[in-house]
Amino acid sequence: MSFLHYWRAMWGIVGRELWRFVTQRERFISALVRPLVWLFVFAAGFRAALGLAITPPYETYILYEVYITPGLIGMIQLFNGMQSSLSMVYDREMGSMRILMVCPLPRWFLLLSKLLAGTGVSILQVYVFLAIAWFYDIHAPWQGYLWIMPTLLLSGLMLGALGLLLSSFIKQLENFAGVMNFVIFPMFFMSTALYPLWKMKESSVFLSKLAEYNPFSQAVEMIRFALYGQFDQQAFIYTLVAFLLFMAAAIVGYNPSKGMMVKKGGA
Amino acid sequence: MSLQTALSIENLSFSYGGKKALDQLGFSINSGECTLLLGPNGAGKSTLFSLITRLYDSHEGQIELCGFNVKRQTRQALAKLGVVFQQTTLDMDLSVMQNLRYHTSLHGLGRKVALQRIQQELERLNMYERRFEKIRQLNGGHRRRVEIARALLHKPALLLLDEPTVGLDVPSRLAIVEYVHQLVAEEKLAVLWASHLIDEIYPEDHLIVLHKGQIKAKGTVDEVLLNTGTTSIKDAFYSLTQGEQA
Repeated sequence: MSFLHYWRAMWGIVGRELWRFVTQRERFISALVRPLVWLFVFAAGFRAALGLAITPPYETYILYEVYITPGLIGMIQLFNGMQSSLSMVYDREMGSMRILMVCPLPRWFLLLSKLLAGTGVSILQVYVFLAIAWFYDIHAPWQGYLWIMPTLLLSGLMLGALGLLLSSFIKQLENFAGVMNFVIFPMFFMSTALYPLWKMKESSVFLSKLAEYNPFSQAVEMIRFALYGQFDQQAFIYTLVAFLLFMAAAIVGYNPSKGMMVKKGGA
Repeated sequence: MSLQTALSIENLSFSYGGKKALDQLGFSINSGECTLLLGPNGAGKSTLFSLITRLYDSHEGQIELCGFNVKRQTRQALAKLGVVFQQTTLDMDLSVMQNLRYHTSLHGLGRKVALQRIQQELERLNMYERRFEKIRQLNGGHRRRVEIARALLHKPALLLLDEPTVGLDVPSRLAIVEYVHQLVAEEKLAVLWASHLIDEIYPEDHLIVLHKGQIKAKGTVDEVLLNTGTTSIKDAFYSLTQGEQA
């Protein structure tokens, strides 16, 4: 198998996903509406209720809208990761997953390509969101818009790998509602996306600890620092390790010898 | 052209938990042979296909595609395989061309070669004019033609067909049956075709009758009739499966 084969296959998978996303206008709009509602409505309502101290990477007092912007970027990627896994379950039920799985490439590579495709879509969404946020007076240093690109790649891969792992366990499309309730919502609300750790600690030390070790929090913090041109090493390493663990488990989940595919009755 | 073994299966067994789905299967298919796999529901046909395509993995027995072990030399083996699954596996929102280009990229074909092959395969199936139409706009028979074209784009040695004519009208069904037999005769393609429909069998075809995970009969049509002491495939099938429907 040549390098060219891998390259063509990866572009085939990524290109297909991007094309589908661009042509599905409703999906594009709904992916943007969710964080924008949070930004324009939720954040505006909470602005008065939640006082924020000066904490890194911010060097001055900031509006609540500014604080939750990285959290909403994380939200876009979290929902996109889960959407990708939903589409994997759908593809499996519809059978199109089989075409991918019987092509002559290693399964880990195919899954990674799928992840990259989903992450590419989420990065596109994030930049459109940031462009709209700009007109809402949420500005970051210009270099921050470049710095977040690699962090978005890593956080997108990590959240996508989690979705992939979940999709290897989900038997039917109908079971996906459970993922919303048991994974997405706890992960989002138990994180630093909406409130800082110190604020959470004031109400519950236990919850703040859970939030601290939540990989989604670490991904959000990594994005937050990158948006202001800073590198949060701990968050980066934590997110990277989480990605590797989720990915390894997902590969096992999709392995015909060890995984769940046989128990579920098909890829 | 000398006969080459496209598919070789030895002592293959597979269980779902404690329930045996396939029991000590063994057969081979040469290039230029069309083998019909007959069996009632639950006989193990789909499980066998899942094992050949390595969607499942078996710990007992071995499967070789053109001499490549499916488990140990998976990629080389899968490169020799073209598959049409029972369920449509085309992307409904993409065009015929986009679906086929996706497949060629998965098989590492460059743009020029891919476009040549797509044109060649679609023209043979009278579908080239419709290459820019979305799959959703095509009827069942045309979708099947696209899937067959897709399965042949990377020039496989073995074509697996999992009941590809189910749900099609008679003219579409006959056209596909005829086309596949033409490929076998002219291109020396090896075909393993799971079917419920006895009228899809040609006199020169090979048969494998699978029942409750075991091979009850295998050989040419004449050999199976001779061994079962029957005069029609329908009777032979009934006697081998104690009256169950294919």
